Amino acid sequence: MESVVARAAVWLAVLFIAIMASAVAVDSAFAIHMVIVALAAFIALVATLRGANYSAKAVASPHDPSRYDDDPIRWGMIATVFWGMAGFLAGLYIALELAFPVLNFGEYINFGRLRPLHTSAVIFAFGGNALIATSYYVVQRTCRARLAFPGLARFVFWGYQLFIVLAATGYLLGVTQGKEYAEPEWYVDWWLTIVWVSYLLVFVGTLVKRAEPHIYVANWFYLAFIMTVAMLHLVNNIDIPVSWVGSKSYPLWAGVQGALVQWWYGHNAVGFFLTAGFLAMMYYFVPKQAGRPVYSYRLSIIHFWALIFLYIWAGPHHLHYTALPDWAQTLGMVFSVMLWMPSWGGMINGLMTLNGAWDKVRTDPIIRMMVMALAFYGMSTFEGPVMSIKTVNSLSHYTDWTIGHVHSGALGWNGMITFACVYYLVPRLWNRERMYSLRMINWHFWTATIGIVFYASSMWVAGITQGLMWREYGADGYLVNTFAETVAALHPMYILRAFGGLLYLSGAVIMTANVWLTIAGRLRIEEPLRSAPHDAAADRPLVATPAV
Amino acid sequence: MNATSLYDALRHMADSWGLLAMAVLFVAFAAWPFRPGARENNEAAAKMIFRDDDHGE
Repeated sequence: MESVVARAAVWLAVLFIAIMASAVAVDSAFAIHMVIVALAAFIALVATLRGANYSAKAVASPHDPSRYDDDPIRWGMIATVFWGMAGFLAGLYIALELAFPVLNFGEYINFGRLRPLHTSAVIFAFGGNALIATSYYVVQRTCRARLAFPGLARFVFWGYQLFIVLAATGYLLGVTQGKEYAEPEWYVDWWLTIVWVSYLLVFVGTLVKRAEPHIYVANWFYLAFIMTVAMLHLVNNIDIPVSWVGSKSYPLWAGVQGALVQWWYGHNAVGFFLTAGFLAMMYYFVPKQAGRPVYSYRLSIIHFWALIFLYIWAGPHHLHYTALPDWAQTLGMVFSVMLWMPSWGGMINGLMTLNGAWDKVRTDPIIRMMVMALAFYGMSTFEGPVMSIKTVNSLSHYTDWTIGHVHSGALGWNGMITFACVYYLVPRLWNRERMYSLRMINWHFWTATIGIVFYASSMWVAGITQGLMWREYGADGYLVNTFAETVAALHPMYILRAFGGLLYLSGAVIMTANVWLTIAGRLRIEEPLRSAPHDAAADRPLVATPAV
Repeated sequence: MNATSLYDALRHMADSWGLLAMAVLFVAFAAWPFRPGARENNEAAAKMIFRDDDHGE
């Protein structure tokens, strides 16, 4: 009872502070954000008071220690699907804005504001919710222990959703630090820090109370992801707010130091959020779905340490041919090229897990998605080191080739492995026999795959066209093409890219319907994906017929 | 100590002992699963996720 009063008092204090901050805010965006915070605090206050056990009756505890704590994982699955749809839709819209600039109407949904909304929605909202949910699932199952600090685990989920809402509304209102993948302003950064440290406590707390002596390798990747993202976030967001009740702040580092810190952050956000975290999913869910242990546990450990030791140095390749010292650029390039080895070691480890179970690629659409995810992991981690080489980078940098590379990794690797995990988890979490429809998973697989092919190939063509047109000199030493001419040349590619995005979004719509109907308890009666039909007419010996 | 000499000191540290320490640590971590007698542990670790039932209840 005391803890209910204490928690209610905290939410009430947050509510009052947010209302006062909203009243004295120096800009309207900050005022709107404080209203959102006040609403969130009010909801938390009501939930705290309503959830209390006032009569102190001996009701069945919701925290039964003999069961795994799966509620936040269920919420996380729904949030993953929801934010995925929002992020893909925003992506399709900004792709259409680039192809048809007339769509940039109004200040709130022009490309400049929607683009960070798209990247944050897919990376942090879709990917982040998938990471939090799967990490809660995997750490409990592999430690054979119930989640530590159940209240904190729920706070992490809801606090993270508030972070997403504040970040997304901020972009539309024009609140941004202007740093790629680190756009949210100082107060949202502070909130995320609180949430993220709580996440670390829940995860490490569960590891500490584990019943298994060994910590399974997937948890190493999750822990590296949580700890490194905490470090990156803290260092890259050391900012000085202009006002304590305003949304603007300035970073401590200026010039090239600021740029290096930003890309040390930015590249390792890719390395530890989008790679280490999703590899953790791969190391648990691929063996589970295939029904076979990981190909080589030793290789998984080498993969882990090589990734950790190499990734952190690769960031400077984002700053080739800038004011960054040349040795730092070369360092970034060399480490990026070396990174190819652990990446492919991990890909081989994942794919070879299917050794002896390759038939499942034909019969099991979830395995098929996992194989496609690993194939794209391999392709994009080969393309990345190639693009980090200075001579290649002089052609590819600032062009759409980079966008294509990012999307082959994000749509192919992160998207596909997340969809596979959703399809793995939803029937288990809601206690269903299987997904509503396996054939719809197959449709999702093909629409997504063909969508990625359209996206990546159109951006290769667009990027190389752009790079070559920008650097083309005439005989008299002048640049041949104006910038507007390069934009016009890319128009067909932009339409093809938007078509790829439409296909990818269609696949996600199919997934949403499938997940919805599965949770609703429906089961589609359908033919299995593959059967071996018996042809009675052909099932007889050949009899020699005499010549007429 | 001014900023330049602090930078120099850190740079020399990173170039020499820092680099050596990182290299030694990396080799030690990567070699650890190959130590004699580790094979059984590795196999047990790889199979531990199948010890519970499918959903791990």
